[in-house]
Amino acid sequence: MEIGGSFYEKKYYSTCYMCACRCGIEVYVRNNKVTYIKGNEDHPLNKGVLCAKGSSGIMKEYSPARLRKPLLRTGPRGSGQFKEIEWDEAIDIAVKWIKEALEKGPHRVAFFTGRDQMQAINGWFAGQMGTINWAAHGGFCSVNVAAAGLLSTGYSFWEFGDPDFEHTKYFMMIGVAEDHSSNPFKLGIQEMKRRGGKFVVVNPVRWAYGAIADEWIPIKPGTDGAFIMGLMHVLFKYNLVDWRFLREQTNAPWLVIQAPGTPKDGLFYRNEEGKPMVFDKRSKSFKPADRIVPDDLDPAFIGEFETPEGYKVRPAFDIFAERLIKDYSPEKVEKITGIPASTIERVAKEIGVTALYDPLELPIEWTDVWGRKHKTMKGRPVSFHIMRGIASHSNGFQTARAVFLLKMMLGCADAPGGHLAKPPYPKHIDTLPKPKKIKSLDELEYGKFYGPHLGFPQNPDDLLVDKEGRPLRIDRAYSWEFPIAAHGCIQNVIPSAYKKDPYEIDVLIIYMANMAWNSSQNIPYILEALTATDASGNYVIPKIITIDAFYSEQVAYSDLVLPDATYLEQYFALSLLDRPPSVASGPVDALRIPVVDPKKEGYDVRGWGDVMVEIGTKLKLPGFVNEDGSPKYKDFKDFLINWEIKPGVGALAGWRGKNGDKHFVGEPNPKQIEMYIKNKGFFYYRLPEHMRYYRHINKDYLEWAKSVGFVTKTEPIIMNFYLESLQTFRLAGQGLWEGENQPPNDPVLRERLVKYFDPLPFWYPPFEEEVSGDEYPFYAFTQRPQWMYHSWDSQNAWLRQISSRNYLYMNPKTAEKLGIKHLDWVWVESRVGKVKCQVFLTETTEPNSVWTWNAIGKMAGAWGLKPEAEEAHEGFLLNHVVPHSIKINGKEVYYGDPITGHLAWFDTKVKVYKAEDQEPKTYPEFKVEPLPYIKERWTEVLRYKP
Amino acid sequence: MPQYALVIDLNTCVGCHACATNCKEWNTQAAFGPLSDFDPYGKEPTGVWYNRIFTYETGEFPDVQVFHLPKSCLHCQDAPCVPVCPTGASYKREQDGIVLVNYDDCIGCKLCAWSCPYGCREYDEADKVMKKCTLCIDRIYDETLPPEQRKPACVLTCPAKARFFGDIEDPNSEVYKAIKERNGFVLFPDMGTNPANHYLPRTETKVNLEEFEKHLLRPDNPLFLEVVKRHHVSHKAEEVS
Repeated sequence: MEIGGSFYEKKYYSTCYMCACRCGIEVYVRNNKVTYIKGNEDHPLNKGVLCAKGSSGIMKEYSPARLRKPLLRTGPRGSGQFKEIEWDEAIDIAVKWIKEALEKGPHRVAFFTGRDQMQAINGWFAGQMGTINWAAHGGFCSVNVAAAGLLSTGYSFWEFGDPDFEHTKYFMMIGVAEDHSSNPFKLGIQEMKRRGGKFVVVNPVRWAYGAIADEWIPIKPGTDGAFIMGLMHVLFKYNLVDWRFLREQTNAPWLVIQAPGTPKDGLFYRNEEGKPMVFDKRSKSFKPADRIVPDDLDPAFIGEFETPEGYKVRPAFDIFAERLIKDYSPEKVEKITGIPASTIERVAKEIGVTALYDPLELPIEWTDVWGRKHKTMKGRPVSFHIMRGIASHSNGFQTARAVFLLKMMLGCADAPGGHLAKPPYPKHIDTLPKPKKIKSLDELEYGKFYGPHLGFPQNPDDLLVDKEGRPLRIDRAYSWEFPIAAHGCIQNVIPSAYKKDPYEIDVLIIYMANMAWNSSQNIPYILEALTATDASGNYVIPKIITIDAFYSEQVAYSDLVLPDATYLEQYFALSLLDRPPSVASGPVDALRIPVVDPKKEGYDVRGWGDVMVEIGTKLKLPGFVNEDGSPKYKDFKDFLINWEIKPGVGALAGWRGKNGDKHFVGEPNPKQIEMYIKNKGFFYYRLPEHMRYYRHINKDYLEWAKSVGFVTKTEPIIMNFYLESLQTFRLAGQGLWEGENQPPNDPVLRERLVKYFDPLPFWYPPFEEEVSGDEYPFYAFTQRPQWMYHSWDSQNAWLRQISSRNYLYMNPKTAEKLGIKHLDWVWVESRVGKVKCQVFLTETTEPNSVWTWNAIGKMAGAWGLKPEAEEAHEGFLLNHVVPHSIKINGKEVYYGDPITGHLAWFDTKVKVYKAEDQEPKTYPEFKVEPLPYIKERWTEVLRYKP
Repeated sequence: MPQYALVIDLNTCVGCHACATNCKEWNTQAAFGPLSDFDPYGKEPTGVWYNRIFTYETGEFPDVQVFHLPKSCLHCQDAPCVPVCPTGASYKREQDGIVLVNYDDCIGCKLCAWSCPYGCREYDEADKVMKKCTLCIDRIYDETLPPEQRKPACVLTCPAKARFFGDIEDPNSEVYKAIKERNGFVLFPDMGTNPANHYLPRTETKVNLEEFEKHLLRPDNPLFLEVVKRHHVSHKAEEVS
């Protein structure tokens, strides 16, 4: 036995990419082989720890699924027949296809980037091409949560904000949310529990994090909104409300015009200067809302008033209060959610007294935007976390909105112990970006920059529709169907391109998304779309280019494959321009660097960044070439150093300026990468204590944030208790919008606008209730296990030993009624299809739900697994039964939240019955031929010891 | 005599398997590696793991509990795997209580695995020897590592900080104190094995509303009542249809 120092020759600091958390890692290398990956102790995100995925990075690097050279399809799509070609040829083909399409019309190129950690750069690249059709994966991930949060509070969950685990005393996690994020949450929950805090999990399933919950509240899927509203009912009833927070920092007391049938209805009552008004009880008169603090007004929260102009007006809170009382008593909520009224009442009291009466007060002096100096920072130690469980329902946006209102009522937004923003957030809500407005596709030009692609329409005139009101984007984002599709709708791209509705495209480019399999819904239909041919035998979706490191299902259904390098082989920026990798105590960005050379392993692969620079240069896009036609950037490393989205602002914020002495804003620094490496791969600006809380009204923070370009003004960020912008869409639905864009004369679309664009949150049943009803009695949903969450690696040699197959989990009493026994094979059938799978009975699942792990089931032959691997036969993919569309009064619309378009995966309703044929095999089965060299890599025994 | 051991906090362990895979990646390349994997991309992938996570549920819906139980060699103070070994390959070190296998002497007879009531022995079919957790003996004594990193890989990586390492016989150690203060327990205490590894039990935090109920919590917020009155709405339970 030898002890000591022999496990590496070189040690590198980089950033993990086994999931989406972007933890700091130390990578140890011996003989060009990775020997060990551990968490970086100095990194503010993961503080030295590393999860099961991060610790299995070695097996990603040496996976047999890895592509080794560009591929050009030779057989039919999905056959797995390709020939290997050189990079020069591959890039020439890609450039030719893209160029020809761009010349016909830039929208004919659609670029969708799934697991994208460089959205700012990829979006900019799409913009350089001039196409309107770019988005990342938010449309099927959690755009409901992100959009509701940003529009309500200027920040949200996950990349936008975290619980203050250092101080919180009560942490409630609602819906499937685990490992969003991974290490930071595990660290945080244990820290809070050790301090004696209470951890509550509201979820149809008790599993994973739920194991250590101090209380599990099982809930019927899709009813979380009602539960949250019920909590607010009780808080109001018992006066457990932070009235000061609502008065000063939200628009809850602002007056809303009550004039049904007129264009002013539901909008704020404003004075001649356009300032929203409140009713001051002290002077008994109407006053501008921005005078609440300066003039110490006492605005009414309850009541109905008449303005001098004769408008009937009510404070936003009053309208909401009426709704809470009428519709969301604990008894009514019990009937919807299955949660006992007594539990709702008790939990509301617990969070109320913890938020308002806990003695937490930090002895930190600070000044608010109104110039008031405070001796301390008063805590509100209640925090929440929501993510995909809330987001993935057709009522997800309004449910998420309810959570943000709950935060406001408790005053725990960015308060010590509450839910904290992560810089560069919060942002002023009225300054959030909007998608670049065009009125016709004719406005697009090859090489004329289009962007930003994504954003937050504030009223119907911001939509991307043509004169007839038809969508201008292939994914139908920002159309009347999905007006506030803040992250785009990647899930609609393939069905839309297949139906040539709204139009046909020529080239579909997919970067790191498995749209042919576990990231789409109704897979038999998606595969039909990808392989359908027209009368002349050409594919309906003519060209598909995929960039990926592995032999995925998506790769198998592509025409040209550009093999990506792994995260251990390329430069990459985890940028503040993207959704930030920050922590609540300050902004963080980070670098990923090549630590092993793929060429030495026999992989002729290239990081997408390098390929993007070369394609951009060959397309002669203005951002990539100088005026004389010479390339602006040598490679992606050069790009990361020198690219600026605006003067002084680039991919990395640290050590800018010629000498590396400027942070955030400064000219490019040729030694910037070296400086990141010297600083262990990341840049972290730790805010001084007095700038760490209440940042939406914190004078010093906002002044600093303006100085570094995070915000554009130093006014308070007043939170939207009432989301007035939604009302403009509702007015449009009623035919009362006086702007330029008018919805088509389509009763279904108009009714959606009227019904769902409510400026105050409410709960409505998931859409599937109406079409599936009692015939399909169970909700079916998925989550991913912690060892695979957000990973691209369920084929990983180590991780798949933890789970190489999935089961359908269900409650034993539910099963008993159906005559189903433990480990029986059953059919799970929805209105769009059925899948055969094996049942696993568990008391940890509430009786209305069945669920499974997503993305374990694979197409046989894909992902470097042997064709007989369990993933393809015993394992299964629930996506086959997830509807991609729904008929409403005869009109087919893509299945999503009517506000954001968020794919409502978890609305899916099914029936479950025992299969006559108990043969242990899933159905439907799909297969693809493995690449020949992948077969050669299959080893009987793997003994990893470089 | 010193007895090194792991103490695992079931009150924070979320069953994420980080300890298991980090153990695997450390140990496969280190002094006692490799940890062979068999048919890793085939039908039934298996392999040598020093550390495995088991998940159990108890109770009936909705009163159900879930436990994640990470389990590796418990480095028993009276380790049954040692006396049964016919060659002396399985041994317990005097200086720190770590149970190890000397691969050179192991004949792969599996008697130790048979005698271990915890199933914590890992036979490597490729090497034909028995393998097991070494408490990362090749980390904890490695003086080229910074002192704070001279700990088992599983302890350093655990995102839930659920794993503690130290000498359970040393009253000043973190692990000794944790066992005493938090009622640490061992698996199968009746087996006479005297395991060194301990577990810290689950506890349930509750919020005490009693004092608040007496003074503060009254359903009579005047604003609430005003809305009730103005809209003539009922909010009473019995009137729910």
